[in-house]
Amino acid sequence: MNGREAGPGPFARTAPGTAPGPPPVLEITDLRVTYEPGVRAVRGLDFSVGPGEVLGVVGESGSGKSAAALAAVGLLPPGARAEGSVRLRGRELLGRPDAELSRVRGKDLAMVFQDPLSALTPVHTVGDQIAETIRVHAGATRAAARARAVELLDLVGIPDAARRARAYPHEFSGGMRQRVMIAMAIANDPVAIIADEPTTALDVTIQAQVLEVLRVAKETTGAAIVLIAHDLGVVAGFADRVMVMYAGRAVESGPVGEVYARPRMPYTIGLLKSLPRVAGPRVRPVPVEGAPPPATAPDDGCAFAPRCPIAEPRCRDAVPPPVPVGPGHLAACVRADATEGRAEIFPVPVPPPAPRRPPRDERPVVLEVDGLVRHHPIYGGTFLKRRAGTVRAVDGIAFDVREGETLGVVGESGCGKTTALMEILRLAAPQEGAVTVFGQDTAALTAARRKALRRDLQVVFQDPFASLDPRMRVASILAEPLAAHGVPRARRRERVRELLDLVGLDPVYAGRYPHGLSGGQRQRVGIARALALEPRLLLLDEPVAALDVSVQAGIMNLLADLQTRLGLAYLLVAHDLAVVRQVADRVAVMYQGRLVELGAADALYAAPAHPYTRALLDAVPSPDPARERRRRVPPLPGDPPDPAAPPEGCRFRPRCPRYAALDGDRRRLCETTDPEPHRPARDADRRVACHHPGER
Amino acid sequence: MAGFLLRRLANYAVLVVLAASLAYLLAATALHPRANFEDRVPRPPDAVVDAELSRLNLNDEVPLTERYLTWGAGVLRGDFGRTWQGEPVTAELWRRTWVSLRLLLAGTVAGCALGVLLGAYAAVRQHRAPDRLITLGSYLLLSAPVFVLAVLLQSAAQKVNDVTGVQVFEWLGETGPGASEGTFGALGGLGDRVRHLLLPTATIALAQLALYCRYQRSMMLDVLTADFVRTARAKGLRHRSAVLRHGLRTALIPMTTYFAYTFGLLLLGGVFVEKIFGWHGLGEWLIDSITRGDVHVVAAVNCFAAVAVLLAGLVSDVLHGTLDPRVRTGDAP
Repeated sequence: MNGREAGPGPFARTAPGTAPGPPPVLEITDLRVTYEPGVRAVRGLDFSVGPGEVLGVVGESGSGKSAAALAAVGLLPPGARAEGSVRLRGRELLGRPDAELSRVRGKDLAMVFQDPLSALTPVHTVGDQIAETIRVHAGATRAAARARAVELLDLVGIPDAARRARAYPHEFSGGMRQRVMIAMAIANDPVAIIADEPTTALDVTIQAQVLEVLRVAKETTGAAIVLIAHDLGVVAGFADRVMVMYAGRAVESGPVGEVYARPRMPYTIGLLKSLPRVAGPRVRPVPVEGAPPPATAPDDGCAFAPRCPIAEPRCRDAVPPPVPVGPGHLAACVRADATEGRAEIFPVPVPPPAPRRPPRDERPVVLEVDGLVRHHPIYGGTFLKRRAGTVRAVDGIAFDVREGETLGVVGESGCGKTTALMEILRLAAPQEGAVTVFGQDTAALTAARRKALRRDLQVVFQDPFASLDPRMRVASILAEPLAAHGVPRARRRERVRELLDLVGLDPVYAGRYPHGLSGGQRQRVGIARALALEPRLLLLDEPVAALDVSVQAGIMNLLADLQTRLGLAYLLVAHDLAVVRQVADRVAVMYQGRLVELGAADALYAAPAHPYTRALLDAVPSPDPARERRRRVPPLPGDPPDPAAPPEGCRFRPRCPRYAALDGDRRRLCETTDPEPHRPARDADRRVACHHPGER
Repeated sequence: MAGFLLRRLANYAVLVVLAASLAYLLAATALHPRANFEDRVPRPPDAVVDAELSRLNLNDEVPLTERYLTWGAGVLRGDFGRTWQGEPVTAELWRRTWVSLRLLLAGTVAGCALGVLLGAYAAVRQHRAPDRLITLGSYLLLSAPVFVLAVLLQSAAQKVNDVTGVQVFEWLGETGPGASEGTFGALGGLGDRVRHLLLPTATIALAQLALYCRYQRSMMLDVLTADFVRTARAKGLRHRSAVLRHGLRTALIPMTTYFAYTFGLLLLGGVFVEKIFGWHGLGEWLIDSITRGDVHVVAAVNCFAAVAVLLAGLVSDVLHGTLDPRVRTGDAP
């Protein structure tokens, strides 16, 4: 397009040190994407993928990975410009007229988008949408295309494909919709598939299923796959090579085994270190402080230098070129020598000394939940509204939280974990059961007592972008709870300063608005606001789910430190088992409104007794390619069931691998009796709601 | 779907009863048919006037509740009472309904369709010359009341007729005298009717078009950047097909609700248009009856309008259900 018909760029597949393989299917050279003048999302990107090869592209939000993908398929929004070269089987795609590109898109080069809810047209059946892909390119008859669509749906594992082809997207679960997207992508046997965060919005169990379907798709079509993800765990087991992006450039690339074992660019090292893990010893994640530069930043030196612990003045002289650091392994770092042997380049934060606490049994109970029920009625009927059913969001759960400890509640989306948290936060009489906060039954509270109790019980929400009022300065946000509880004005200012210091924010942030803060800083403000009234119990609703991986670690460490220093108790709701493991002392696993397992975190992660807990742990991808490849546990089948119609007997039975392996007699118990949580023989601290706990 | 519609119909029945009753009560309290008799020369004796008014159920000496009940009983039998001159209202109502229908139908359909298309086109060409032009035009139309529009169109038509020297446009009444007796017989009569329809239809269509155009444009803008249009493009659809098959199809759904809302405005516009173009439809009848104090006609036309607005609501529900599969399945118990 711009006369730079250059050969393979420095990050191309045939990097120095590797034998040249078959010619690449998709080859991107010096790709640059500019949105408005000055907003440069991609700043010179090179990569290539060979037939049947999987390239994992990893980067945090704003690193330019999606912009690069859209540029490759020629679907950048109007106003955006792409320069450089994108070649598919040797043919240049950039700069070709849209009519020609349309013949390539969906046929030779297919794409799978992130959010399958919004990526499918709501008003056409999924069968028609897949058939359309075939008809646009192959000119098949309507009937033939429909028949092929059903075959494809069957291939991606949609049960009863012929009937489901006539259903609309909203009648599918998130995981099933993503299968439809994959079916659409492979409809015309593409030579390359770009999958842009295909599993990001999904539960771990569903994520494992979708990756499995993507594997099937790869094996069926033999296509080259570019798998874009925001964390290194997802691509570890699936990609052959990995490329890490930062601020619009590739900063490191190479074979997965090599990059994960011997990362050389400090950013990659930071990403790997900040990732919490479910296996191995429990180590404190190491945060990468700071935030990525904005897309308008000029190109002066290494973009990571401001966050890099080993940056030198020369890092800021020029953008570092990629240099070979191993077989097929390139790193764009002038200090690659310093990272050889993987020295601990990031300062490991030292946790404050843990205070001596009495054993758990002797500490006071701050929160006790017993038989908590929250049912939502569903209404239906033709002439008169009548109750058509009940969503059993929370269906009788019991646990307690003691002073200074963290209880993590985990489960798939829709299992009722957030509902349970909101029920506790209401501080009102539950539909059934009892909630006791600091020894006071919430059903018996007067309005005044309830308000007083709210001081001791605060909440931190998931989305720091939505939970802070955009029109209030940080100081006002932090002072608001103080004002609501009658703290004098003079004391408020002082307290705001204390709070900012407590959560590690500079006092200058007091005068800023939320939009002037990064995601991690906003969540720190959210935590500071929760701490304003010196509560004793914090309810944390997915506190790091909306944050980038490198920032998550900082927030988790902050929560851990605050707990040690202030003696707080946490009730932490999260879907990420690795995150929960970092901070939780005890873990409760929820499934369909019930607690299926509860116990001390270390014991539970080491030896899960309930088959659902085991399946959840197995589904968490770990940033360890060798381990990921070795273990090929089939992912948990099926979707989380309809909470309005729980199955007879044990609710987990339809998806339970243990039930599937049982013989007739022992199955009957699962089919007829809903298991109550009980104490297994070996572990006095554990509760398991399973008839056959602990077996593999 | 059937169950959903039945439920809606039941709701609507209640609303129609309410609207009709309120219209009658308002008309019966505000209008004075007695004045028509008192103005007569020679003035008839009070006893005769009373007797005549009582016969017509228009006597203001009779308590309002009693008159209302008499009227209501009649309406339930399908009888809207009589005009103050003693003619049955119901027959005239039907006759004039067809006149109004002939006038409004073409204008509504043309206004909706053109408005949606122009709005969608403007959205696709956002910030470019066609969009600016369409936006300017629709704002001009929106700011011109129907009667101003009608008069402007009439003078423009006069100009065209003067310049060409042929009666291209006609704008008085439904037909010209003796049109079907010409050389073309009945066909000539039809042609004449169409010629008379042109200007009033254009007036109604233009007023509708502007509203739909603005609304459709914003709906369309939302959809153009939607992920599913991008998916359609990634499948290999050209921009135009992706926008039409996936974008416009989805952006039409909210328009169905809008249709119900604008229908009342349409009826009001129809009143002006009938009056200005000399059509003897319901609108003209309503205005004339209000000046004459003709309680039963006013109540009947209002009742009809209520039914029409609610039927428009029903049509929009059906359209919504047809266009949006999410509503259809949501209805299943």
